[in-house]
This record gives sequence, C-alpha cells and structure tokens, in this order.
Amino acid sequence: MKNSSVLAARGIGKTVKSGDSELVILRDIDLEITPGEALAVVGASGSGKSTLLAILAGLDTPTTGRVELGGTDLFRLDEDARAELRGRLVGFVFQSFQLLPALTALENVMLPLELAGNADAESLARDMLSRVGLSERLRHYPKHLSGGEQQRVALARAFVVRPKLLLADEPTGSLDADAGADVIELLFRMNREQGTTLVMVTHDEGLARRCKRIVRLTAGRVLA
Amino acid sequence: MRQSLRMLARDWRAGELRVLAAAMVIAVASVTSVGFFADRVGRGLARDAHQLLGADLVLVSDHAFAASLAADMEKRNLRSASALAFMSMAIVDGKSQLAGVKAVTENYSLRGQLRVAPAPGAADAPVEAGPPRGKVWIEERLVTALGAPVGTRLRLGDAELEVGAVLTLEPERSANFFNFAPRLMMNAADVPASGLIRPGSRASYYLYLAGAPRELQAAESVLRDALERGQRMETLETGRPEVRASVDRAQRFLALTALLAAILAGVAIALAARRFVQRHLDACAVMRCLGATQSRLVLLYGGEFVAVGVAACAVGAAVGFAGQQALSAALEELLRAELPAPGPVPALQGFLVGLALMLGFLLPPLLQLKNVPALRVMRRESGRPKGGVLAAYGCGFGALAALLLWQAADIKLGAYVIGGFTVAVAAFVAVAWLLLRLASHPAVTRRVGGASLRYGLAQLRRHAAGNAVQTTCLALGLTALLLLTFTRHDLVQAWRRSVPPDAPNRFLIGVQPDQRAALAQFFAEHRMPVPELYPMVRGRLIAVNGKPVRDQDYAEERARRLVEREFNLSYMEAPPEHNTVAAGRWFTGAGARELSVEEGIAERLGWKLGDELSFSVGAQPFSARITSLRKLRWDSMRVNFFVIAPPGLLADFPASFVSAFRVEPGREPVLNELSTRFPNVTLVDVAAAVRQAQLVIDQLIEAVQFVFLFTLAAGVLVLYSALLATEDERRREAALMRVCGASRAQVAGSQRAEFLAMGVVAGLLATLGAAGIGQLVARKVFELNLAPSVELWLAGPLAGIALLSFNAWLSSRQVLRSSPALTLRDAT
Repeated sequence: MKNSSVLAARGIGKTVKSGDSELVILRDIDLEITPGEALAVVGASGSGKSTLLAILAGLDTPTTGRVELGGTDLFRLDEDARAELRGRLVGFVFQSFQLLPALTALENVMLPLELAGNADAESLARDMLSRVGLSERLRHYPKHLSGGEQQRVALARAFVVRPKLLLADEPTGSLDADAGADVIELLFRMNREQGTTLVMVTHDEGLARRCKRIVRLTAGRVLA
Repeated sequence: MRQSLRMLARDWRAGELRVLAAAMVIAVASVTSVGFFADRVGRGLARDAHQLLGADLVLVSDHAFAASLAADMEKRNLRSASALAFMSMAIVDGKSQLAGVKAVTENYSLRGQLRVAPAPGAADAPVEAGPPRGKVWIEERLVTALGAPVGTRLRLGDAELEVGAVLTLEPERSANFFNFAPRLMMNAADVPASGLIRPGSRASYYLYLAGAPRELQAAESVLRDALERGQRMETLETGRPEVRASVDRAQRFLALTALLAAILAGVAIALAARRFVQRHLDACAVMRCLGATQSRLVLLYGGEFVAVGVAACAVGAAVGFAGQQALSAALEELLRAELPAPGPVPALQGFLVGLALMLGFLLPPLLQLKNVPALRVMRRESGRPKGGVLAAYGCGFGALAALLLWQAADIKLGAYVIGGFTVAVAAFVAVAWLLLRLASHPAVTRRVGGASLRYGLAQLRRHAAGNAVQTTCLALGLTALLLLTFTRHDLVQAWRRSVPPDAPNRFLIGVQPDQRAALAQFFAEHRMPVPELYPMVRGRLIAVNGKPVRDQDYAEERARRLVEREFNLSYMEAPPEHNTVAAGRWFTGAGARELSVEEGIAERLGWKLGDELSFSVGAQPFSARITSLRKLRWDSMRVNFFVIAPPGLLADFPASFVSAFRVEPGREPVLNELSTRFPNVTLVDVAAAVRQAQLVIDQLIEAVQFVFLFTLAAGVLVLYSALLATEDERRREAALMRVCGASRAQVAGSQRAEFLAMGVVAGLLATLGAAGIGQLVARKVFELNLAPSVELWLAGPLAGIALLSFNAWLSSRQVLRSSPALTLRDAT
C-alpha cells in the first residue's frame, strides 16, 4: 500500500448467513485511491456496490480484508474511534439525502461543524449554502425543500467540513434528470475546488464516465 | 451542554418534545398539586379534627388550675380558653331538670364551631364566642323538658339567667360521649354568682390551648411533665376512634389519588419517550456517520433530556402550585375552614418524582439511541432498537414503584396499587394479544364482508405485538379514568353509607336486669323497634399471661390510659351482628374460659391469640384465654366492646345493660317519657356526635373529589400519548394503501375496523381492571363493601369503542387530507 493513498482496501470479502447457506456479497476486492482522484463504482442492483461503500466508510465490517483510511487501519479501531476518524476525514452524500427533519437547512449544514466543536459553524454553513445556491432557503425545513434542493443541502453538509474523502451513494438516485444533472455539476465543481477525493456508487454509466476511474462490480467481484 | 441546549431548542421548535414535555408537566403538576392538596388538606383535617376537642390540646383536671398556667401558655404564644363542667339542677317555674353545665370563657371555643338556633327545630348558625354574661344556651332537650323557650328566665343555684339561644352544636360534645345530661352552657363569669362551686364541689376544669405546631409541641412536653394527680391531657390521638378512622380513610383516599397520578404520568412519559426514540433513530445514525461517538450521543441526548426534564418539572411544580391555590380557594369555602399554608415539601417531592420518572423512562431509550449503527443511513432496516426494551421498562417501572411507595407513605395501599398495576399490565398485554390475534384470525376475517374490514382486521395480526402494547396502554388510561369516575363514585357512596343515615343516635346506659322486660314493652308501646340490650360488667385488667399489669410497662400514652381504666366487659353467645371474627374462632361453648378481643386494642396492648388475660370484677378475679380477634366498625355508632366473654364466665357477676337505638326527628318527647319511667337509666344523646362525624366525612369527600380531577387529566394524557404512539406508522401505511389504489373509504374503513377491535378489547380490559382494583381497594384498604356496578360494565367497553372510533376518524381525516406522496416522503 502506498503511503500517498487516501483510501486503500485489500482483500475485502463479505459473507452473510442466509438460512442454512452462506451468501457471498463481496469477494477479494482490492482498491487504492490517491488524493484528488474520482472513482466510480458501478454495477447492477445487488452487485454489492453499496456494501463496498459502507465497508470503505467503516459503517459496515468486512468478513475478510482490511481498509486503510488516511493511513489508519479502520477495523483495528472500535466503532467510536472509526466514527471520530470519519468525522475528521470523510463526507457523505446519500441517495435518500438523510437530512434531519427537525433541523432547518442551515442547522443541517451546521451539524457536523457543531459536532466537531467549530465555533464558526454558522458563518461557515451560511457560506457553504450560498455556494450551493440556497442562501434564500436557510431557514427552511427539509420537508419544505424540493428533492434537488435537499440534495444540495446534503452536499453543503458534506463539503462544509472540507473532507479529504467524499463518499457518494447514488447521489442522483432519488432525483429527476434535471435536478440530478444540477446536483452532479455542483458535486464535481466542489470536488475540484476543494481537491477532495471522490468515491461514488452509481448505476448511471453516463455519470460514472465523468469520473477518472471506473470499478465495475459483478456478483461481488471487480471486473478486470 | 451548549450543543444539547441547541438540540433541545431545535427539537422543541420542530414539535418533537412537546408531548414528552407535556407529559412531564402534567405528571409533575398533578403529583405536586395532589401532594399540596394531600399535605394541606391532611394538615387541615388534623387541625379540623381538633374541633372535636375544641382545641389543639386540652388539659382536664378535677381541681382548678393554677392561675399562672394560662398566662404561662400565653407567653408561649398559645391561645387559651377555659371551661368548668359540673352537674346542676336548672329550674323554671317549679319544673326542674338535671343539666350538664359548662361554664366557658367568652373566647371558647378555640377550634371548631359553636352553633345556635333561635328556637328548637329552627335553622342554626355558627357563633364566634360563647354565651355573654347573664345568658345561657341550652340544648333542645332541656328546652322541651323545662318548657323554656328563648327569653325564659331560668334559675341555676342562686343565679337567675336568661335563655339566650338553643345550643345545636358544640365541639366537644361528640368527644365526650357520656355527657348524658342535656347541656346548659353559660358564661364562666356568672359562676360565682350562682354559688354552685364551693370547695369540694364535683367539677371538671378544662384548659384549652391552640397555636402553631412547634409551640404546641414544646408546651405539650412541659405540661406532660407537670401533670398533677387528677389531671390528664387530651389530644386527638386520645379522642374518639371513629373520627380517627374517618380521617385515616380520607388520607388513604388522597394517597390513592396521588399514586394513580404518578402511575399515569409514568405511562405517558414512557409512551412519549418511545415515540421520541423512534423519530430520532435516523438522526442518531446520521450523527454517528458524521463522527459522533456513542458517549457523545449519550451526552447530547442526556443533556437534552435533563434540560427538558428540569424545565418541565419546574413548570409542572409551578402549575401544580397555582392549580392548588386556585382550587384551595374553592375548597376552603366548602371546608368552611382556612387551609394551612402549603409547605415546600410537595413541590420538592413533585420535582423529584418528575426527575425519577425521567431517569426511569427516558434513560433506557437513550441507551437504545446510542446503539443505533451508522449503517442505518444506508440500510434503514438496520438499527431498530431491539432487545432490552423489557429490561428498560422494567427499570423505569422499578423506579416508579419505589417512588410510589415513598410517596404513598402507606405501604399497604402502595403495595396493593403497585401489585394491582403490575398484574394488570401483564394480564392486559397477554389478553390483548390473544384477543387481537383471535379477532384477526383468518377463520374470522374470512367470514367478514368488506375488503376494508378484512384488511383492517388483518392489520391487527401483522402488528400483533405493537397493537397489544398500545391496547394495553389505552386500557391502562381507560382503567384510571373508569376508576376515577365510576369506581370512585361507588367508593364515595359506600363510604358515605359507612355511617348509615339510620345509625343509632341515643345510648341507653345502666339498665338493670329486672328492667329489661319493661323497657322492651315501652319501646313496643311507642311503636319503636325494641333495641338489643347488651350486658356490661366493669372489670380491671390485672394480669396478662400471669404477669401483673403496670401502666408504666406501656410506652404509648393511649395504651397506658386503656389499662388504667376499667374495661367494659360484655358476654354473649354469638358475636354481635356488626362484628366479624378476623382471627381465631368464636367461643366453643357458653361455659368456655375464652375471650374475644377487638383487634385494634389487641395490637395496641400487644395481645395475641392464646394470651391469658386476668380481670378483677369488684374483688373477684377471673382469667381466660384470647381465642378470637374481632374486627368492628367504630363509626357504626353501635354498642361496641373491646372484650367479650362467653355467658358462663361473666353471667354471675353484677351487670347492667346498655343499648343503642334511633329516635327519628320529632319523636324526642318520647325520651322525656323514657327518663320519667326509668329514672335510673341514663340516656346519652349521640345525635350530635353522629352529626359531627357525618359533617367531617362530607367535608373529606368534598376535598377528595377535587383532588381526583388532576389524576383524571393525567389519564387523558396517557390516552392521547398512546394514540399518538403509532400515528406515524399508520399514516405511512395508509399512504401506501392509497398509492396501491385504495379508495378513501377503504382507507378510512380499514382504520376504523382496526381501531374498533382495539377499542373493544381496551374497553373490556379497562372495565375488568377498574372493577378488580376497585374491589381490592374497597375491601382491603377501606374495609368497605362495593357492590358490582352495572354502569361500569356498560360504560367501560362503550368508552373504549367511542374513544378509538373518534381516533380512527381523526387519524383517517389527517391521512386523507395530505397527499400520499408527501406523507411517504416525510416518512423516509
């Protein structure tokens, strides 16, 4: 493993019990992602791409193999230490946005900064929301925002902590074509501006082609 | 903490905490106000019960008190009044009648009311002071006997005094049962002129004291040490047992109310907390994803809960205080007395109750929140709180139970209510689950027509466990409401009946054996029921189990007084109708050497079944073993005996006979005839005592009714929280049904069917619960008999059906008003 890599995975396998038999979801996956690189993980439904993303983020544990995030072996850490590492290095964008319904757009973006104890949370969050074009929507609750707007709030929340690595799980999966295109433009622009490393799971080939590198998963294996 | 407060503000604004906070506020408010009420009313009752003594403390002496004593007491910030009681002939135009004279200072009485009327049978009114100089107030019986209406001049010794009013109520009257001569009350300043009190005259001197508890206590200990021969002290404790019984019962009623409020509060908080957790699972997963550690989450939410809890407790205590202030104003009117100022303890108690409820019911779900895996952000199905729920609620319930026992300050009542509650919860869950499964069994659903009805019933099966829990909560809320409405009413009625309106109001004492037949004939002639005559033998207790009895062996003042006095012993073959044998067995035969003892006195004097008691009657001793303990109702106003023997044991001793009977209003002249025909027989008027006891009970009932309202509010909140608990899930399902093509009628219909089935089950369970708990409390705690109530059995199930039908209507209206797309989007 090179020291320069942001994220490295070696021999990742994931097996789950299904009744009496064992179901193999991922099999012997190696990945190395260098700083600033944009990687798309594509594959059909059930190919294991979301599980791979969850393991890379330390949200799920592999049956075999190891993941290094920023040079730290993720699964040697306990759950809490992994959460802390995520807080420092990783930003997330989900298909279902995952905004907190009780919080306004501004407060949703402030949340990771507040958790990190950042005193300038509000001004940084305002700034980030204006960068995603939502300066007029600061006080709106998620339920009063369109899907595209919600995903832009989620992008602002992901980028506001200036993560080294952004993990995106089907970021346009819940959006119509126009809103999806807007969000993707924004995602790539901010990725460029901040020099963030991007790992994106998608089944959209067009979207995948915008990344420098594409990894194809079929039945839990990386296609050569 | 800052972040916690920020989260609190956000959750509050979003309405996430309102139900929880409302539950806490109502919980604390109801517990506090009930606490304040119980405290104030309890203290008020204790004080008002002193009305029966006419003071807080009474010194009685057979000789005059030192002149300096009253002044000493005034220096101790105690108010004092005095009285002198003696027997004398009152004479009007040559007619004379023995009167129980009581000469009082003008500030008599310190506690309790004197009431007078302008003429016999006229409406009476309270008066602030005793009779002025030159006037006497006489009892109706004396007015009749002497033919002396108001305005008549009456001679008493050398003095001539004017009848100023008819005396209808005097505080001590009931406390001194055996003031058998009709009362004549006069001003103490007129006594010297009468020349009736000379050295050696038989008279009782009374010194009445009233004041703040602390000063009283100090004075009491000083006075007790200084008591001379022939002097004694009377407090409420040494007063009449039937009044004590009523006060105790009222306090148990109040404690019961407080217990119910606390239980309901716990249920409401548990429901609100569960909903909070359900709605915050995603937020926790996101925060875990954003780097929050488990301990961070515990601190964040713990801080939020503590802040909510403290604020809600403070608001609740304030609301409770304000509520009881407003209500106590109304209550004082009803009690016709000023309640003592509220102390700080109930507020503190309410606050602690709130915090304990919060820790008991909020911390367990908080621990569930911290365990939510971050993976839930990607896979929603992961991270449902599992396991530990039972343990969590067990922990909450444990906290609640400990607290209730503490608050009830009555282990027996607390144990019954908590035991009843625990059994009810377990039984409710099991029965609800079974009934709901039964109602939704394919064999049943196949037979019902209508797709929506079928779907609704099938839903019951799909959510069997959740619905059973929800139905149980609903049943608990309803149980409380039924208990507080129907059962409370029945209990109150039963209590009111405990002094029956036809209770005896006259005692007949000193009937000689050879007068029994003539007396029976007298009653028959006057078409009055012939009262039962009980033999009475006076004996002194000399030994217990062969060990001589000395009064200093008893620590308790009341016990000492009991053993000092002569016992009124009686003998009979069968136990009196109004007594029940509580332990042991009744006499084996008329000649057995056995005794039956009242269980209260046995407990006070430490007597057990099998103990041998020795009495001396005159100079003749006899011994016998206790073979039964009797339970009897002191407030029955019937003749009661502490110790009863079989006829063979006592029949040879000289005995007189006693009886109790009722004289209907208007037939009092018969009593004068009775006195003339049987001059040696003493007629005791207990009508005043009955009246006073009834008055006290009525006052207590008024107080108790008010306190129930708070618990009722808590019950309503439980119902609301229980209904709200599954609202989110039902809205989502209804939206899905509509997406799948269900018509509005079908959605509404299926919700109706589901809720209706739950309503029937909850209503039935609540009825069973209320009836069961009511019976248990009535029998075990209040020692009353409660007849089964038809109304309860009608109202319970109907209330369940009505409540859930209304909820189904509200719920489907909400679901149908918003678009399914919006509902579903909010739910994701």
